Amino acid sequence: MVAVDPVANLPTARPTLGARLVGGKTVPILTVVVALVALWYAFAVYLNAPWQLDRYAKAEREWTAAELVRDTLNQERPVLPSPHQVVAEIWKTTVDVRPTSKRSLVYHGWVTLSSTLLGFAIGTVLGILLAVGIVHNRAMDKSVMPWVIASQTIPILAIAPMIIVVLNAIGLSGILPKALISTYLSFFPVVVGMVKGLRSPEAIQLDLMRTYSAGAGQVFWKLRWPSALPYLFTSMKVAVAISLVGAIVGELPTGAVAGLGARLLAGSYYGQTVQIWAALFAAAAIAAVLVMAVGFAHGLVLKRMGMAR
Amino acid sequence: MRSSSAAIRGQATAGDGAGLPADAGAGARSVVEAKGLGLTFQTSDGPVRALADVDLSIGRGEFVSFIGPSGCGKTTFLRVIADLEQPTAGSITVNGMTPQEARRRRAYGYVFQAPALYPWRTIEKNIALPLEIMGIGRAEQQERIARVLELVDLKGFGNKFPWQLSGGMQQRASIARALAFDADLLLMDEPFGALDEIVRDHLNEQLLKLWERTTKTICFVTHSIPEAVYLSTKIVVMSPRPGRVTDIIDSTLPKERPLDIRESPEFLKIAHRVREGLRAGHSYE
Repeated sequence: MVAVDPVANLPTARPTLGARLVGGKTVPILTVVVALVALWYAFAVYLNAPWQLDRYAKAEREWTAAELVRDTLNQERPVLPSPHQVVAEIWKTTVDVRPTSKRSLVYHGWVTLSSTLLGFAIGTVLGILLAVGIVHNRAMDKSVMPWVIASQTIPILAIAPMIIVVLNAIGLSGILPKALISTYLSFFPVVVGMVKGLRSPEAIQLDLMRTYSAGAGQVFWKLRWPSALPYLFTSMKVAVAISLVGAIVGELPTGAVAGLGARLLAGSYYGQTVQIWAALFAAAAIAAVLVMAVGFAHGLVLKRMGMAR
Repeated sequence: MRSSSAAIRGQATAGDGAGLPADAGAGARSVVEAKGLGLTFQTSDGPVRALADVDLSIGRGEFVSFIGPSGCGKTTFLRVIADLEQPTAGSITVNGMTPQEARRRRAYGYVFQAPALYPWRTIEKNIALPLEIMGIGRAEQQERIARVLELVDLKGFGNKFPWQLSGGMQQRASIARALAFDADLLLMDEPFGALDEIVRDHLNEQLLKLWERTTKTICFVTHSIPEAVYLSTKIVVMSPRPGRVTDIIDSTLPKERPLDIRESPEFLKIAHRVREGLRAGHSYE
């Protein structure tokens, strides 16, 4: 029994940094990242090589493998830009220029973010209102849901220019038309999630309200709404990500004035693949931050409701 | 079998006759009065008769158990009293009113099979739920919460969330919630069905004490014979398909009931009669 003691003490000891790195998630995640970057470099060489070989042939110059790799990874308009080119572009357009400059990714990111947030807010409110209607009104239950689903079967790329054009014709321009495209995409998961959430109270919980002869408003605020909150946040995570997609798509037909969408469009006009990839990464980063923000709010609300364990 | 069941019915009427004067002393007006009550559910497989020809009178201050195999309509009967189901035949009054009027006047507290606590509310807030709905002021809410928490022996657990409590404590909290708004009638639908024997014994004992202290009328659904005999002043034995009353037994046990009364000959005699009644119900199939 005495011999076992030192072993029994082990789990209580704080693990060393090395042990935590190996035992935790850090090492697996880093391994995946390194593997992806290596794969990216390999593809960059492979995809950019034909053009580079063509150049060498036209210049009638000798080349070594090392030269080929170096040149394919540093082309001005590569088919696939290498990671360090994208990083350099992002650095140049975020740190080196003023955020108010039209060449700044921060400026374009903010333009897109503002219409994303506006569209997301409108979409969430609209989604909640529709769900409340669907749950409480039989006619709406039968009639609205098919239209909600049908609305999402139309490709957003097809309908976005129409929305912009129509809204411009009635005098609406600026941030709102773009935001409405975000709304068009983001209200859907909120409706679906909230209908399920508002219907999630068990029969026994509803019966309880009936024994108190509670009014419809009391049943909603004291039972249906709190039951639906976890569903709402899950839906909002999806909604905020597709709001960003909506905002970017909405920027494409505006004539590429400002925003990440405009950046993407301009990049493809002029074959600036590095700029396109930089904008893509900026969009991905914004999406990640938005989803994390919703996730954080979710956690906070669950904790306040005593449901986080 | 037939002769014994006939004997039981003979005994039942005799028991009823003997029980009535005592009841009249306990409470003059009856709380629940059912006459020829029937309920037929329309399902996709055709009509299902959940209740048929139920005649029953429950006096003020009684502790009535409904016992029978599953499908005998005991829960349905409780739900009819509570206006959660609508009868399709016969008549029923609760406190002399229709069940709907009684529900609107918050005449009863209902305890379900599961605690049905709202997980986002603390125990205190769960008990406050009916009080909030009924528009009772904050100060009085606090006072009542403290009182019922003490009554069900949960003092000090008010600001815990339901998941932090054991199953038995959760069910006690749900009883506290039903007691909080001081209805005279308590409807309990197998409240201890999901709990283990020891916890159940303990809660039965507490419930009996509670009933003595508060002089409420309690309707209690169970499928445990010892539980029914231990708790009740009146045991209603029911049989299934269609659900109907086969025997009504007025308990001869004293009001003071320690747990070991369950080994007394008196107790075993009543338990035997309940078991015979249940068996007789089954022989109809």
